Amino acid sequence: MAFLSYLISGLGLGSVYAIIALGYSMVYGIAKMLNFAHGDVIMVGAYVSFFAMTVAGVPFAVSVPAAVLVCTLLGMTVERLAYKPLRQASSLAVLITAIGVSYFLQNGAQLLWGSDTKIYPTILPGAVSLFGGQLSVSYLTIVTILTCILIMVCLMLFINKTRTGKAMRACSEDKGAATLMGINVNKIISITFAIGSGLAAIAAVLLCATYPSVYPTLGSMPGIRAFTAAVFGGIGSIPGAFLGGLLLGVIETFAKAYISTQLSDAIVFAVLIIVLLIKPTGLLGHKISEKV
Amino acid sequence: MKFSKFAKGGLAAVMAMGMMACSNGGASGTASTTPAEGDAAAIKLGFSGPLTGDASVYGLAVQHAAEIAVEEVNAMDGVKFSLNAQDDQADPEKAVSAYNALMDWGMQVAMLTVTSGAGQAVAPYYQKDNVFGLTPSASSTGVIYADAENNANPFGTVFQMCFTDPNQGTASADYLKEHTELGTKIAVIYRSDDNYSTGIYNTFMAEAKAKGLDVVSDAAFVNSDTDYSVQVKQAADAGADILFLPIYYQPASQILVEANKQGYKPTFFGCDGMDGILSLENFDTSLAEGLYMLTPFSADAADEKTKNFVAKYQEKYGEVPNQFAADAYDCVYALKQACDAAGVTADMSAADITSAMVSQFTSMTFDGITGTSMTWSKTGEVSKDPKAVVIQNGVYVSVAD
Repeated sequence: MAFLSYLISGLGLGSVYAIIALGYSMVYGIAKMLNFAHGDVIMVGAYVSFFAMTVAGVPFAVSVPAAVLVCTLLGMTVERLAYKPLRQASSLAVLITAIGVSYFLQNGAQLLWGSDTKIYPTILPGAVSLFGGQLSVSYLTIVTILTCILIMVCLMLFINKTRTGKAMRACSEDKGAATLMGINVNKIISITFAIGSGLAAIAAVLLCATYPSVYPTLGSMPGIRAFTAAVFGGIGSIPGAFLGGLLLGVIETFAKAYISTQLSDAIVFAVLIIVLLIKPTGLLGHKISEKV
Repeated sequence: MKFSKFAKGGLAAVMAMGMMACSNGGASGTASTTPAEGDAAAIKLGFSGPLTGDASVYGLAVQHAAEIAVEEVNAMDGVKFSLNAQDDQADPEKAVSAYNALMDWGMQVAMLTVTSGAGQAVAPYYQKDNVFGLTPSASSTGVIYADAENNANPFGTVFQMCFTDPNQGTASADYLKEHTELGTKIAVIYRSDDNYSTGIYNTFMAEAKAKGLDVVSDAAFVNSDTDYSVQVKQAADAGADILFLPIYYQPASQILVEANKQGYKPTFFGCDGMDGILSLENFDTSLAEGLYMLTPFSADAADEKTKNFVAKYQEKYGEVPNQFAADAYDCVYALKQACDAAGVTADMSAADITSAMVSQFTSMTFDGITGTSMTWSKTGEVSKDPKAVVIQNGVYVSVAD
């Protein structure tokens, strides 16, 4: 029973990583840049839903769309102001800019809302009891896992079935050719940031509902874990981000439970290194050969 | 293969970010200066602390309390202080830059740093430049000893207002040994990448072994962890009835939430880092009901000094001061007492001030809000009694021995 209980909490944690990783992976796949500010968009989402509930007093169900809306706008604004002018610049310049945006958001949050930790309200208390009370799974974990699966299915449908999705795939293959085919690449990149940031807001709500601390650097660690998950699964690939996130969550939890709480990070990253040695593009990443 | 190269480059960047995060790094080290009204006859008192970034809640508490204390001191007879707070973001390198900035400003006495890592980095400079530093809250032994492993080679000019970490580990083990009514099977959850937590943990474990305490579970977490379910489950499965948490209150609040979720109800026991848990915004304080902690300061104490300080702090900054603030407040008053007793004036050289301060601190007795009849050893360690406090009905209540 302990095994199942660890597995489920690992999947819950992994689902949050997966939703964040989807944002990283989509942006990387289409804009070919690592958006390190993604974790801080999560933080903003967490604060927005926190204040919506505690200050504005709206119910949880209203605070989620509010957070999604703010994060979507934030993501698009950041893209427009910080990344778009650097479209032709080297990838290193864009990376450094992303780190700069990350610090800007963190310190901005600290100025606006202070550095003290705030506790997120309790959402969906209670748990389902299984096997005659031996195993209890909280409603929140179930909702988190289901949300993650739903998002993943919707995204796959969107990418594969819609015109915009087709345009996104075209942009990720070859931006120049996509432009020649009449696709507005800037618009597609903007949409990608909007979707990624909206997902970040959902991840923020799920993250804070499960681990109820809200503080200005809240997003950086889950962001880095999720980035790891995206690389693990194959960055640029949507099923890869999903798989990578879930696996990372489960490995992390099992490493803590069965090996050592002190060494869990070392184990997670050792697994990542081994996977990258065997499959340098990650579990589900595509190998792209350089055209000469 | 452009693809994988990029992914690897990204990983390197992650590692770099990770390292920055480990050192509690934030953005570039912008110094913020908030000197009090420049008074020609004021003694220049400086310190550095995390005024921005992860640990800024501590740095700001110290800054706020020091400002209140300096304002009060300057309104009294005797010495006047001019305060200069520098931002070090709890980062050792930035703390050294902050120290240099303070020395350029002409600092005469100091409150060293707020955090231990930064304090360890600057303490040798205080010894070398012969400047007196009384830290409110840098509790590691590495702040006062050059050889912290063996508690040898004290710096001599660096003193502490707070307990050392090992001191708290010993005090906790003693307390649990004496008060078996709280429970006998002990589980520990500590933070393995934090000096404060490991300092207490190591001494506690050694003392627990020596005293025959029954430690049934022992788990760690690191700063980057968000999930504590495994650690709490292990403690619950081991049947522990005391959960010792030698950690700061933010992760502790998460552990309380997690324990509640799992229906695990041990007696929680913490050290001074637990102080502040009740003022967490929106925290369900009923979860902390019955939590014990050893702390030198309790904001509900009935004495005049504490009441005055707490009221002023609340009025000015809208929150209940924590133990960092209280230690900082005491630091300013202890420095004032020493300066007045030794007849220190602002036109004395830093070296003369330092020798006067060292001789005062090793001989005087100080009554403050974090303890009465405090004395200091020649190595800079403070001697005061930790008080046991328990949370009842959402407030801290002192426990009679």
